[in-house]
Amino acid sequence: MSKKSLDLTMKDPHPRPLSRSAGEGGRRPGEGPAWEPKIVAFFCTWCTYTAADLAGMSRMTYAPNARIVRFMCSGRVDPQFVLKAFQEGADGVLIGGCHPGDCHYQSGNYKALRRITLLKRLLKEMGIEPERLRLEWISASEGDRVQKVMNEMTAKIRQLGPLHVERPSPPAPLPSSRTGEECPQGGVRAKAEVQGGAR
Amino acid sequence: MSKPKVGFYWCASCGGCEEAVVDLAEDLLKVVEAVDIVFWPVALDFKRSDVEAMKDGEMAASFVNGAIRTSEQEEMAELLRKKSQLLIAFGSCSHLGGIPGLANLWDRQAIFECVYKEAPSVVNPEGVVPQEQTKLGSNGYALTLPSFRDTVRTLDQTVEVDYYLPGCPPPVKLIVNAVMAILENKLPPKGTVLAPDKALCDECSRKATKPDKLALRELKRPHQILMDPKKCLLAQGLLCLGPATRSGCDAPCISANMPCTGCLGPTSRVKDYGAKAMSAIASLVDSNDEKEMAVLMEQIVDPVGTFYRYSLPASLLHRRVRNLTPSPFKGEGWGEGKKGLGERSGGAQR
Ligand code: SF4
Ligand code: SF4
Ligand code: FES
Repeated sequence: MSKKSLDLTMKDPHPRPLSRSAGEGGRRPGEGPAWEPKIVAFFCTWCTYTAADLAGMSRMTYAPNARIVRFMCSGRVDPQFVLKAFQEGADGVLIGGCHPGDCHYQSGNYKALRRITLLKRLLKEMGIEPERLRLEWISASEGDRVQKVMNEMTAKIRQLGPLHVERPSPPAPLPSSRTGEECPQGGVRAKAEVQGGAR
Repeated sequence: MSKPKVGFYWCASCGGCEEAVVDLAEDLLKVVEAVDIVFWPVALDFKRSDVEAMKDGEMAASFVNGAIRTSEQEEMAELLRKKSQLLIAFGSCSHLGGIPGLANLWDRQAIFECVYKEAPSVVNPEGVVPQEQTKLGSNGYALTLPSFRDTVRTLDQTVEVDYYLPGCPPPVKLIVNAVMAILENKLPPKGTVLAPDKALCDECSRKATKPDKLALRELKRPHQILMDPKKCLLAQGLLCLGPATRSGCDAPCISANMPCTGCLGPTSRVKDYGAKAMSAIASLVDSNDEKEMAVLMEQIVDPVGTFYRYSLPASLLHRRVRNLTPSPFKGEGWGEGKKGLGERSGGAQR
């Protein structure tokens, strides 16, 4: 009874897309027949990226689902980059750095570990499974580990299904009478007096 | 030349921003002398129809506070946009979503279930919830209410915004500067946040006591310690978000021995305030051991509420993607047998 009274006239012009799970076939409209996990991998150039290179040169095959982005250090991976990747359509994010004690910049990987530890809790509260974010230490010689982690991560994301982060609708366009750059009292805009920066 | 016309309006807000206008004190007289206030529902008896009767762009500026939650607020934002040369997002809620934006952890259905049915103080055996339209008997009259959206939005996610006055509420100094800049036609480029683009620590009176290198083992909340009124709060283990927050407020919270909660939002280099603030605090935790650091970080009880207190709708994720965790309100006496707040099953209902 209660549910019915709630649904009567409540129409939302900005409806949220239904959440999807792997059980629903994991298909997104307009995305072809089968969904494939999209993984963004942030690899530090000194260890994990070199290991990925090695894996390639050794002709190891592994799941082709990750797009690798090279960083100077795992400590440079800002949590904003992770959220941006999810917002732009990544289903999982993999971060690779040097083993503890081996970071080229001494402590970048420890910083990454701290940030990712807290970020995972934040993700869970925001409704993103923490398993979609993985941090791994892979040294330059561990090409086989790149292979293993990539395969594992792809399998995990396949099991979790697509993520799909919805974006807010764009603002309504300005009426044509107000698109000019004119100033309130006419004239040209004078030099900035108020300190500030773009949003 | 007649005086420029300005308007004030409020959307999903607490009313504190309207207070801030009154807080201008004597400066308000200067403002009133220089401009004609033609719309200000909280203080003056002008109606929506008065605004509708204006020519497009007739008002020099409109200051809109509050986040956008209902269809009526959307309409008002669009109307004021049309009638004003400048639209200024006034205060944290309209700038970044503010406290009302934390409701983006839930959706309309969960909120209605909680507020009108499940809350322990509610008696509502018939399960009555607000309807957008109610027909009255046989005379054909219908009463209407605005529609309540699933998601809270910022003003600039609704209409184009020219400038932002940050803060919860915006500091008087910034309001006066902004009004003067408009009157003297000395505005910075469109889209600017009208506040200094530096971190709060920069203007904090305790800056000198902030160590260059901080390593925290204890992250405390204000009620848990006796504070040193002179020492940097972060150095005392309090979650002061000053390092990640824009300055311009003169740090009144710090002066009152309260850590900064980040109401002025980020500087221009930062896209997602909460992620940046979280990153800044996490890197200070004094541990290199995965298990131990997780335990230390448990001291941050509510990461989303702490780091996104004023900016969830403006964040990259902007709302909870789906519900993974059971409602914190579920428990004894909380609507036994019923679904708790946020415990929607699957994706069947919007
Ligand atoms: S961390 Fe807080 S108390 Fe310390 S200097 Fe920065 S704003 Fe001031
Ligand atoms: S100290 Fe922080 S929370 Fe307090 S007014 Fe300034 S920015 Fe806002
Ligand atoms: S250089 Fe590899 S993690 Fe820092």
